[in-house]
Amino acid sequence: MADKNTKLTPEEIYKLAKLANLSLNEEQIKKLADSVSSILSYVSQLQSLNTANIEETAQVTGQENVFREDIVDNERMLTQEEALSNAKDKHNGYFMVKAIFEEE
Amino acid sequence: MEIHVELKTVSKMFCGCKNDPFGADKPNIYTCPVCLGLPGALPVPNRKAVEWAVLLGLALNCEIPLFSKFDRKNYFYPDLPKGYQISQYDQPFAVRGFLDITVGNEKKRIGITRVHLEEDTGKLMHATVDDPTSPSGLRGASKKVSLIDFNRSGVPLVEIVTEADIRSSEEARIFLKKLHQIIRYLEISDADMEKGSMRLEPNISVQKIQSRLNRDKIQKLPPYKVEVKNINSFSFAKKAIDFETDRHIAILETGKYPQQETRGWDEKKGVTFSQRSKEEAQDYRYFPEPDIPPIRWSKSQISNFKALIPELPDTRIARFIKEYGLSEYDATVLTEDKKTADYFEKAVKSKTIPAKTVANWIINKKADISKLSPEGLVNLIQAKTQKLPMSEKDLEEVINKVLAVNSKAVVDYKAGKESAIMFLLGQVMRQSHGRADATTTRKILENKLK
Ligand SMILES: [Zn+2]
Repeated sequence: MADKNTKLTPEEIYKLAKLANLSLNEEQIKKLADSVSSILSYVSQLQSLNTANIEETAQVTGQENVFREDIVDNERMLTQEEALSNAKDKHNGYFMVKAIFEEE
Repeated sequence: MEIHVELKTVSKMFCGCKNDPFGADKPNIYTCPVCLGLPGALPVPNRKAVEWAVLLGLALNCEIPLFSKFDRKNYFYPDLPKGYQISQYDQPFAVRGFLDITVGNEKKRIGITRVHLEEDTGKLMHATVDDPTSPSGLRGASKKVSLIDFNRSGVPLVEIVTEADIRSSEEARIFLKKLHQIIRYLEISDADMEKGSMRLEPNISVQKIQSRLNRDKIQKLPPYKVEVKNINSFSFAKKAIDFETDRHIAILETGKYPQQETRGWDEKKGVTFSQRSKEEAQDYRYFPEPDIPPIRWSKSQISNFKALIPELPDTRIARFIKEYGLSEYDATVLTEDKKTADYFEKAVKSKTIPAKTVANWIINKKADISKLSPEGLVNLIQAKTQKLPMSEKDLEEVINKVLAVNSKAVVDYKAGKESAIMFLLGQVMRQSHGRADATTTRKILENKLK
């Protein structure tokens, strides 16, 4: 299964980058098209395993029903100063980012 | 229709931060590494929020799958610090339910596709602030920014999705009101539209029907739909649907389809507006949340949940009619909210006053039930309706008491201020709960104050 079919096009890399919130230049896209493709080929060796009798799972711990009770934990809450301490930009107790235009 | 409802747990969905974004007097004071999306933080689901989501599912006649899980919905937006929202994708807590509504005189069933649990996002505010870094170096230069408050980030949020069964804006309004009522009966959310703890998102598409008789039996939906986001009142939802319906008809009549997109609602202008289709097709790349083990219920747990559901409005209306002999109208008004219905039942418990009379007093707002206890209401009705004449001795006693407490009015009257007697008379009427006879009382007062 690990063949040329896993070769990604620059368009696909561009889309992936967009979804990952990365801005790449053309050269980087070209480079990544090759390297991501080779990573994919490598990983797709897993496809050669016979999983016909293996049940699908998204969990490996075997745990189920892990809850917390509905209690306020003041110990772990941060003060406003602490919450904002690593923010690049802040304003009057808010995190500040470039304007997001939701509407006209 | 999609509806989002914030649950009123005391703590957030996946962390122990206080869940009170509306009551917070400052931004970013109820946060922690989990709800700020700091690396390495571990989300743990709030048991009560999960149970409440199941409860709502049951109240909406849903099936509760024995196995359920959380998933990550990946997208970038500044109000979502992790770069994904913890939500539920293919195995929600409740599926395939329904809610029956009454439209005009007809019953109609609205299918509920699913009820799932997720986390709310932070709140974005758009502002203009001073910009000291402005290249022009001008004083007073400003820039447009977005400000983020994460007090709401991670608040438990239930999403309810209906089947495409709603055929008009009026049906939508009736459905939403009933859903709101059920949520309030369950006491799982304030469902306060103004505070945004209940948000409405109609998905609208229009098509021509051949015969009105078949309007509910549409086999195939139109090949497009328009979603209107974040509406915060039933009447706005109705207006937005009407606006969209007209807009779509105008486009359809030119032989085209309206563009599939997300739109906003401008309540001031009463119009919807395009919200610039969020990228091409959204690709949320859902996958199972690896940090949260799945949830598995036993059948006995589900029946325990069922036992926790209070009597819901429809059942209560039927019982009020049967048990208290009320009209359907009276029963419906009394059960509109749980508090009033409970109040009514407490007041009729003593059986001293006919249920119909109590209902009448409450419905016609003859007394302020927010200030009066049910027992107080019963006493008041008794005093007002059964005018047992007071014995002379009782009346004398009340009058003496009133005179003793209101010495200023007594002095005023004696000094010639005739109107003071009216005040004293009023006091006697009040103390006797209206049982005193006004003429007799006045005579006695005049005699005593000679
Ligand atoms: Zn938190």
